[in-house]
Amino acid sequence: MLELRDVRVEFDGFRALDGVDLTVPEGELRFLIGPNGAGKTTLIDVITGLTKPVAGAVRFAGYDLVGRKEHQIVRLGVGRTFQTSVVFEELTVVENLDLAASFRKPLWSLARRRKGVSEAVEEALARTGLEELAERSAGVLSHGQRQWLEIGMLLAQRPRLLLLDEPVAGMSSDERERTGRLLTEIADDHTVIVVEHDMEFLRRHASKVTVLHEGKVLVEGSVDQVSADPRVQEVYLGRRPSDAAVGERS
Amino acid sequence: MIKRNLPFAAIAVVALVAAPLLLEPFRLGLLAKYLCYAIVALGIGLAWGKGGMLTLGQGVFFGLGGYSMAMYLKLTEAGDGGLPDFMVWSGVEELPALWTPFANPVFALCMAVLGPVALALILGALVFRQRVRGAYFAILTQALAAAMVILLVGQQGLTGGTNGMTNFFELFGQDLAEDSTQRGLYLVVASVLGVLYLATRQLVNSRYGRLLVAVRDGEDRVRFLGYDPALVKTVTFAISAGMAGLAGALFVPVVGIISPALLGVVPSLELVVAVAVGGRHALAGAVLGAVLMGYAKTAFSEQFADGWLYLQGALFILVMTLAPKGVAGIGRSILGRLRSARAT
Repeated sequence: MLELRDVRVEFDGFRALDGVDLTVPEGELRFLIGPNGAGKTTLIDVITGLTKPVAGAVRFAGYDLVGRKEHQIVRLGVGRTFQTSVVFEELTVVENLDLAASFRKPLWSLARRRKGVSEAVEEALARTGLEELAERSAGVLSHGQRQWLEIGMLLAQRPRLLLLDEPVAGMSSDERERTGRLLTEIADDHTVIVVEHDMEFLRRHASKVTVLHEGKVLVEGSVDQVSADPRVQEVYLGRRPSDAAVGERS
Repeated sequence: MIKRNLPFAAIAVVALVAAPLLLEPFRLGLLAKYLCYAIVALGIGLAWGKGGMLTLGQGVFFGLGGYSMAMYLKLTEAGDGGLPDFMVWSGVEELPALWTPFANPVFALCMAVLGPVALALILGALVFRQRVRGAYFAILTQALAAAMVILLVGQQGLTGGTNGMTNFFELFGQDLAEDSTQRGLYLVVASVLGVLYLATRQLVNSRYGRLLVAVRDGEDRVRFLGYDPALVKTVTFAISAGMAGLAGALFVPVVGIISPALLGVVPSLELVVAVAVGGRHALAGAVLGAVLMGYAKTAFSEQFADGWLYLQGALFILVMTLAPKGVAGIGRSILGRLRSARAT
């Protein structure tokens, strides 16, 4: 479904991505990990059109994504969330979701008032558990609730490929648990790529992991395979393989 | 629904029934002028207040509308084959081709609205697609207003130069000096403002309005919701330009003159200040601001001719620092407090 071939990105001479190859088949839940500066967010930015690669190809469901604008890529069925959640604070939760669900409608038809709640919005509310807060303004939500609203907005867009950039960053352990369940549920009927730092979270929810390091794919495999790989232990934790196993938190 | 529309209905009754009965013709004419500005302010409220586009050049669109109407009025007076007075004084011997279609009132009125809309669409498509925003957009629109003045002043034979166009006597066969004509004009202006206010309010409360607010608060995020913010901004900017154009067309028969001094940088800024004072986040605030500031300008200038500019500047600073939501915001917070006091 998603295929990246030899993707290179440079920022003022710095190679943020240096020949990345990545294939994610339909229906997979893929985790993307790597130390800071490995190029994880840049990779998502390239897929979603925010950053243009200097070389390489990005194909999704038969379409070439390079050179397309962000909103055009969304229209092909690729949705994303950001590290710092951006919800529209002046709008209510329902309005945020409704906006996300309405982008396929022609612009002129948006001049009518919203009547009730569409099926996509109702489904997003139910999945994210935000029903009680539906009519509240998004400005009053807690950090965790904002992240869920963002995921809800993503679901309301009904994309085929979801890209989530550190969805549990800054969340309490209860919130992480709930988000993990939500992700697993979403992965049942979507293709999902998640950027995540938290190894504990990864152990619990990941099936397949791609490790990036210095703009290159270092290893790809199951959590256990990746954890056991000495190269990963060295670059990811900065320790020798003999020092500790990946994922054990001190 | 009824409760929500009650304030609007009350104001409509006062504006359409009480004002024409109670105000002497001169004052009614002044009110009509303020209401013309209020139409422009409504457009600014939409583009700036809701859409975050600080447009400092609405005078350009206002001017395009005004000049379209003035050209029609001048041609009616000149009669078949005649030349407008200022052209004769400038030594122009033949009517310029640009002027000819404006002898048709329908064409002139259409151009008063469509001209500004087209210019805003072109400008918006160029500017917003390149992701020019914020202060850069504001400066660009201000430069446009300055350029427009230079263009108008430079084309003496075509536009009347610095003096612009004045001495209009007749509109659709009605004597413009007659009180009844002026009263009729006032009613037209007030009705147009009312209809536009309701239409704009409907737009703001629709999904489009929500999208506009989203574009204002997070343009980059909106792209990842599948919308093209450049399109939304261009369309909104064009709507506000169309309103300013229509206001200009109404202004000319009401006030009897259009000149570069009425549409340059300063008048454009004055309107933005009026919207800020009234409250840019509420459409009613924008309208109220334009009327209040128009009235204040007349009242103050009658007493202290040179003081107005300073007072206006001071008012702008005061509002921006102490009450950024303007008069409408103050009104809203007082109402909110009264409600909560009643509830306890």
